[in-house]
Amino acid sequence: MKIVVCIKQVPDTKGGVKFNPDGTLDRGAMLTIMNPDDKAGLEAALRLKDQYGAEVTVLTMGLPKAEEVLREAMAMGADKGILVTDRVLGGADTWATSTTLAGALRNIDYDLIITGRQAIDGDTAQVGPQISEHLDIPVISYAQDIKVEGDSVIVERQYEDRYHVVKAKMPCLITALSELNEPRYMTPGGIFDAYKEEITVWGRADLKDVDDANLGLKGSPTKIAKASDKVRKGAGEKVTLDPDEAVSYIVDKLKEKHVI
Amino acid sequence: MDFTLSKEHEMARSLFKEFAEKEVKPLAQEVDETETFPRATVEKMAKSGFLGIPVPKEYGGQGCDPLTYAMCVEELSKVCGTTGVIVSAHTSLCCDPIQTYGTEEQKQKYLIPLAKGEKLGAFGLTEPGAGTDAQGQQTKAVLDGDEWVLNGSKCFITNGKEADVYVIFAITGVVEKRGRLTKEISAFIVEKGTPGFTFGTKENKMGIRGSSTYELIFTDCRIPKENLLGQQGKGFAIAMHTLDGGRIGIAAQALGLAEGALETTIEYVKERKQFGRAIGAFQNTQFQLADMATKVEAAKMLVYKAAMKKAEYATNPKVSYSVEAAMAKLYAAEVAMEVTTKAVQLHGGYGYIREYDVERMMRDAKITEIYEGTSEVQRMVISGALLK
Repeated sequence: MKIVVCIKQVPDTKGGVKFNPDGTLDRGAMLTIMNPDDKAGLEAALRLKDQYGAEVTVLTMGLPKAEEVLREAMAMGADKGILVTDRVLGGADTWATSTTLAGALRNIDYDLIITGRQAIDGDTAQVGPQISEHLDIPVISYAQDIKVEGDSVIVERQYEDRYHVVKAKMPCLITALSELNEPRYMTPGGIFDAYKEEITVWGRADLKDVDDANLGLKGSPTKIAKASDKVRKGAGEKVTLDPDEAVSYIVDKLKEKHVI
Repeated sequence: MDFTLSKEHEMARSLFKEFAEKEVKPLAQEVDETETFPRATVEKMAKSGFLGIPVPKEYGGQGCDPLTYAMCVEELSKVCGTTGVIVSAHTSLCCDPIQTYGTEEQKQKYLIPLAKGEKLGAFGLTEPGAGTDAQGQQTKAVLDGDEWVLNGSKCFITNGKEADVYVIFAITGVVEKRGRLTKEISAFIVEKGTPGFTFGTKENKMGIRGSSTYELIFTDCRIPKENLLGQQGKGFAIAMHTLDGGRIGIAAQALGLAEGALETTIEYVKERKQFGRAIGAFQNTQFQLADMATKVEAAKMLVYKAAMKKAEYATNPKVSYSVEAAMAKLYAAEVAMEVTTKAVQLHGGYGYIREYDVERMMRDAKITEIYEGTSEVQRMVISGALLK
């Protein structure tokens, strides 16, 4: 089985967020981590590798610095790393990103593609499903459990109050939730091995069947009006009241704030 | 001279740091307070390869250099001195002598499970009457047919009751050296559960309280002849060589404790207010911190240099890292004691309270000036080389 996991290097929100003048993130200036949902997706792939035997390739699009996140994935146990990096791909929104990744994936032999549900920097949850549309393969999003049976995957798809068990024939795409598992740590020896491996680096010219009009900032229909760091909420107010009193207290508060 | 760490070492540090923060730090206070050996943490470390970092891959290890190993002990000790010494004693004092002196059979049987972390290791040299004076040993081993019979006891043994494999030193005869009779010491591998091998007192310690420190008792304990480690009579040299490596581990532990105390104190002095200002705004605090940070950095240079010298030894066994290891341990241990003491002082009354980490760090730091060769022994080793 061949599994490709799409991962993203995202700002470590603990280290503070910095922006470019055009409103996009200044990724070079921030501490970074592997996106948590993607890490769970990678762990799921590595568990399938442990259980059934598989070749796990990690794919990312980003600055040359994003190589680090591929090395990290390889130090956890991924077999190969592919970095898609090119100036013309910069400033991509979800549409341009999924177009780019699909262009890269068309060069790769796969049975299963796993992406994280969403990245903690954009929180869109769009890239995974969009890739599946570009590649014309089934998608199962919000996976909380993944099993393989023959040439199919059986996935528990999470809802707010239940889950659905969905079966799909491979090749297909799954988007993973960080609750899916507890990702393993890298191993010290794995780190040194990962740095001995070659990382495949692809640019615009290596992308298959993509139109320049759909790439980078120019090919991104999303226009960012304004971006800001999240505003920290205060501690709030805590009151202990009987249920009846509490209801009228809340209603009064909502009226006071003109919510109702 | 390049002081920049490689990308690999930086990533390894981030791994150890993340592990220490997530898995070790939350338990540190409880481990100390209740004297609990952190078994679950040891299992997690085994899974992540932390128990065989410098052991070659063919023997189940990670195949990394001594610097990576030292950084692991350092990062663990930043948050928990107990966890740091568990890894150090296991790796430096049990895996290392078996890797260096063991036969292929011994490596297959003992080193592989030790390096994989399936088994935990310990080292027994010290006796009630033989601490710094290792020649004062009383434990004896007598060859009887195909078995060595051990009688005697060892004290203050780290990982004491929790280990599975022990490197034990015992007298195997008396030899004449330069006209004087001296004890011939040999090293042995002893497995837990061997009849005649029992545990005595559990030590109630000032610091590293989660570390399992026990007396080991051997009463007609019979071990197979092939469990002799290295040549008969070479035990003293094996012990000294092993302790050279061990000192790098303890130096890294001391460094970690000092760094942990410094980091904790920097955060504290920014928060703590007296006379309407954060105490970090006072020049006394600033100067204290400057001195602490400078000494920590100097200690780090010595520890990393010793670890890098040990890496040289791996490719050229003629290289000695004895003096570098002694200097690293001497300095890092004294810095650990000084920095943790200052950290307590800068915390004021709160520094004396158990809920504050610096209180534990100060207690943990003291042992680094004592075990695996006291600071006085390190000075003997260093001056001995100077005056040779």
